[in-house]
Amino acid sequence: MSEVRPAPASSEDWRVINVNSQARPPFFRDLRSGEYSGNLRKLYENFGYRPYKMSKFEEYELYLRNKEFLISDAIITFTDTDGRLMALKPDVTLSIIKNTDVKPGTTDKLFYSENVYRVSGGGSGLSSSGGTFKEIMQTGLECIGAVDDYCLSEVLLLAAESLSLTGKNFVLDVGQLDLLFKAVDRVSSDPAVAAAILRCAEEKNLHEIAEIAAKIDRENAEKGIATRLSASYAAEAVIKLVGLYGKPAEILPEVEKIASELGMEAEFGQFRTVLEALSGTAAGEKLRIDFSIVSDRNYYNGIAFKGYVEGIPGRVLSGGCYDRLAGKLSKKGKAVGFAVYLDVLERLWDPEDDKTDEIIVVYPDGSSPSDVLAKMNDFSCGGRSARAMSEAEFQARELLRDPGNITVSGKYCETSGNITEFREMRGE
Amino acid sequence: MKVADGKMLNIALPKGRLGEKVYGMLEKAGYSCPEVLGDSRKLIFESPETGVRYFWVKPSDVAIYVERGAADLGIAGKDLLLEYRPDVYELCDLHTGKCRMAVASVKGFRDDPGRTLRVATKFSHIARDYYAGKGREIDVIHLNGSIEIAPILGLSDVIVDIVETGTTLRENDLEVIEEIMPISARLITNKASYKFKNGEIRALAEALGRKEV
Repeated sequence: MSEVRPAPASSEDWRVINVNSQARPPFFRDLRSGEYSGNLRKLYENFGYRPYKMSKFEEYELYLRNKEFLISDAIITFTDTDGRLMALKPDVTLSIIKNTDVKPGTTDKLFYSENVYRVSGGGSGLSSSGGTFKEIMQTGLECIGAVDDYCLSEVLLLAAESLSLTGKNFVLDVGQLDLLFKAVDRVSSDPAVAAAILRCAEEKNLHEIAEIAAKIDRENAEKGIATRLSASYAAEAVIKLVGLYGKPAEILPEVEKIASELGMEAEFGQFRTVLEALSGTAAGEKLRIDFSIVSDRNYYNGIAFKGYVEGIPGRVLSGGCYDRLAGKLSKKGKAVGFAVYLDVLERLWDPEDDKTDEIIVVYPDGSSPSDVLAKMNDFSCGGRSARAMSEAEFQARELLRDPGNITVSGKYCETSGNITEFREMRGE
Repeated sequence: MKVADGKMLNIALPKGRLGEKVYGMLEKAGYSCPEVLGDSRKLIFESPETGVRYFWVKPSDVAIYVERGAADLGIAGKDLLLEYRPDVYELCDLHTGKCRMAVASVKGFRDDPGRTLRVATKFSHIARDYYAGKGREIDVIHLNGSIEIAPILGLSDVIVDIVETGTTLRENDLEVIEEIMPISARLITNKASYKFKNGEIRALAEALGRKEV
């Protein structure tokens, strides 16, 4: 290793160096500093949602019984001192539903910001985060009890506003699961076939839906089974639904025709009412109808949605109605909610965003700590980010070509003697 | 179709004959970039006129590029999509690169359903799903290549692998026992790209044969 040059002893050699930090866009800083979470909290509080705080642990049995509800079924477990098998929470919604006792006819509106523990990246074999557990900060809300159409619109609005707070372009895709399930069930009553069609729906894989239906028709013909409706004909409704994508005003008339054919006018009516409540708002402009949103039918029903922010390759928010989960946990009433995946939002990194400036204050050995603190305080009060560094450390970093996590790109700005009088110099 | 507001469609092509064939289809559909088939050592090829940017990647990596958003679109074999299950949209079957996923073994192999079947494959998911559907217990032996040698040396009872012409099987005294599914190349897209470049992606998919009722 190269020998480090001795630091100059004279206090005449104060240097203030303006550097460009590696680009940290404003949103990224907000996320790191918790400001984004704070903004979400304010948003939810403004609509009457109360914070919900819970223990880090939950009995493992709760997750064991509802594994399909979880994004990932890998769970960290441990045996508590009383012998109970416990788990570090992989999910928040299950705990909230289980622990909330909503009085009949009333609604509980809750939000949370909690760490959960699960294998990050979700289901696909390619999303390889090494298959290791991660501590993930998740923020979201739940509306439980006498959930009416207004509540559904409100939750959709808050989901869209949550995405809007990132300051990035976004869309909120909204589907209606009951319509999709009904259309799929008309093709085949065999749960395995229905599951295969739903997998295709999730991939917008229209050609394979048609192939599955054609195969059913071939097999029926071979066995001499006559059906009122051919599978291929029934599959057309699924293909039409899953192929749709666009703004509600453009797509709703198409959905209405299909819903009418399926005898699902009531479900469609609610879907339209909830979406149209947001029309004319900034959030409403970002809604897109998408019937490729598929969730486990044992838990979810009705409206389902997913949020995408431009620059992030996957969904950053997901939610919907889960009345069936509430029923499974012996709770009366309905439930709707969503979660914002803050770990996914961390991937937002846009070099086009404004670069932020940082300043290094290089002080010679023998400087008075109180003088350095006063200098740092000046920067801090001026809202600037500065870092104090001894001359010896600065030279060591220069020799090692390792300025740390900041890139020095400015010119040295020598100041003489009086450290309160310095010039700032912008990086070049 | 030229992409609006200066955004390019990033397309991952699988290196090799399949990629070249699919590029031919894209060229015919109006998404040409003549440099792509040249001898250049360049890795990325751009055509601002047609609004596309192509890059060649290893066939098994196409789905990763698409799922992670480095590519908006890509061409991947159905075998890889079934095996790795990437979180992407599958927009159309390109009806090219056709072959079969099949179970094969040494000629004259007689299965004994009373014992666990040893299956050598590099498609573990596909093999497990196939035999789970038949209620058959199997022992998966994951190999990365030269799968055909496994039953010959007694490492496995059968193999699950891609069969194109069957020549390799024949030359090693192996034969197809069961066909699992037909395989072909598929056009896939990143889910977020589909939202933010919707018009452009749908136009390209339709030009390659996607039919929306």
